[in-house]
Amino acid sequence: MELIVEVKRHAYEQLAVLEDVSLAVRAGEIVAVIGPSGCGKSTLLGIAGGILKPSEGRVLLAGAAAADCLNPLTYIFQDFALLPWRSVARNVAFPLEHHRLDAAERARRVADALQRTGLAEFADALPKQLSGGMRQRVGIARALVVRPAVLLMDEPLSALDAQTRELLMEDFLDLLLRERMAAIYVTHNFAEALRLADRIVVLSRRPGRIKEVVDIALPQRERRGKSAQAELAELGERLWSLIRDEASSAEREVANV
Amino acid sequence: MSEARIAETPAAPAPGREIAFRGGGFLPRPRPLQSWLAFAALLALWQAATGFGWIDPVFLPSPLGIAYALWDLAVSGELWRNLSISLLRIGSGWVIGSALGLVLGLAMGLSSLSRAIGMPLVSSLYPIPKIALLPLLILWLGIGEAPKVATIAAGVFFPTAIATFSGVDAVPRSLIRMSQSFDLPMRSILWKVILPAALPSILAGFRISISTALLLVVSAEMIGAQFGIGAFLLAAGNLMQSDQLMAGVVVLSLLGLGLGALLGLVEKAFLKWR
Repeated sequence: MELIVEVKRHAYEQLAVLEDVSLAVRAGEIVAVIGPSGCGKSTLLGIAGGILKPSEGRVLLAGAAAADCLNPLTYIFQDFALLPWRSVARNVAFPLEHHRLDAAERARRVADALQRTGLAEFADALPKQLSGGMRQRVGIARALVVRPAVLLMDEPLSALDAQTRELLMEDFLDLLLRERMAAIYVTHNFAEALRLADRIVVLSRRPGRIKEVVDIALPQRERRGKSAQAELAELGERLWSLIRDEASSAEREVANV
Repeated sequence: MSEARIAETPAAPAPGREIAFRGGGFLPRPRPLQSWLAFAALLALWQAATGFGWIDPVFLPSPLGIAYALWDLAVSGELWRNLSISLLRIGSGWVIGSALGLVLGLAMGLSSLSRAIGMPLVSSLYPIPKIALLPLLILWLGIGEAPKVATIAAGVFFPTAIATFSGVDAVPRSLIRMSQSFDLPMRSILWKVILPAALPSILAGFRISISTALLLVVSAEMIGAQFGIGAFLLAAGNLMQSDQLMAGVVVLSLLGLGLGALLGLVEKAFLKWR
């Protein structure tokens, strides 16, 4: 299954946000989108999943999804978007409830998703009882339960502290590689992009255009090594130099909306 | 030179000024014993004041006198006859007003059109003291139960509509977008996301509307009713039966407390997740 996003132009009223951005995600491929703040990264992700309507452009999904896939394009949110009145298990079951599934299949999917995210023993906890990292695990379990084809992740780790982020990112990567799930991963963090992505799409300042697309040939499993680290650091340096000036002027910009 | 010295850790701590604790106070704690003691002391003082003849019992009957009057009213069935009819009016008026208020509040929260139409109406009608509408409602609905129930319903309607509207309006957009991203049908989003998320605000509105209903039932019954707590209070006042009057006031206080406690239980049951 392949997801193709083609945005000719997207604008909020007068303000142009994206211009001529197209990207394709093939099965099992992880694409990171990176760029200075306000460059339209999240907007692009919203368009990719059909949550935002592009002013001009379209999104295509080619090929058939697996039979057990209930929601091919599934988001993982920065703020987790959990229902605070539901327990962990009921939050995970939430996207299944309006589908025709028998109770046993539903329970099996929920148990499976909880087990794969290490949440099995917290099934009855309420979101307020969990740490930020555990809450995002619930968000991940809720995404896994529909067996998605492409995960759309909007800075899924940026609401977490640095240590939690490190741990969760490794779990993320494990899951993505093991399930061979495709993903678009929006972030402003170079380390995350360099650790996870097969391909990094660098966007320019608003209106966001594609500034550069970098393929990383090195398999994710081998990126922890010494020489790999050095190579990636060099690449990170290069990416940072691409957007440093823009990032600093974006940061000094006064919002006029 | 001096900077280097500051950075050094002294081998033996030099004698110095101890920092005084200054972070105390401003920490309210529940003190149930003191609450009850103060209440009992006030009652005792009141009893003494009337018992020693410092206060004329016609103006302020003693607590024991009020208790006796309450007992007599309860035994004779007069209390229940008045209370039941008031409860019926409160109950029916509150249910009607709340149901309509919930519907309008939801509509205003969900649709821009009903918001555009409803908001100016609600804002201009809310400040009217609803008891001022009773004569008009009598004109429309005749004498009897209908105008009293309608007055209470009108009083309950507005706070409920406003609380529901603001609750629905404040539902985090992220939860709605999340539901849409899983293709939830509109009806499921309403029942599973919007209503539960708006519930705290709706229940807060109920707290206001219950006291409004209590206020209006007494006022309406004082203006025109044969029975009911309000009518009873007015009659007792006219006959200078201040012990019965005070007994009625005590009943109202207990009624308000009871309804508040009931709502507290509902909040406890439904808002555990907060």
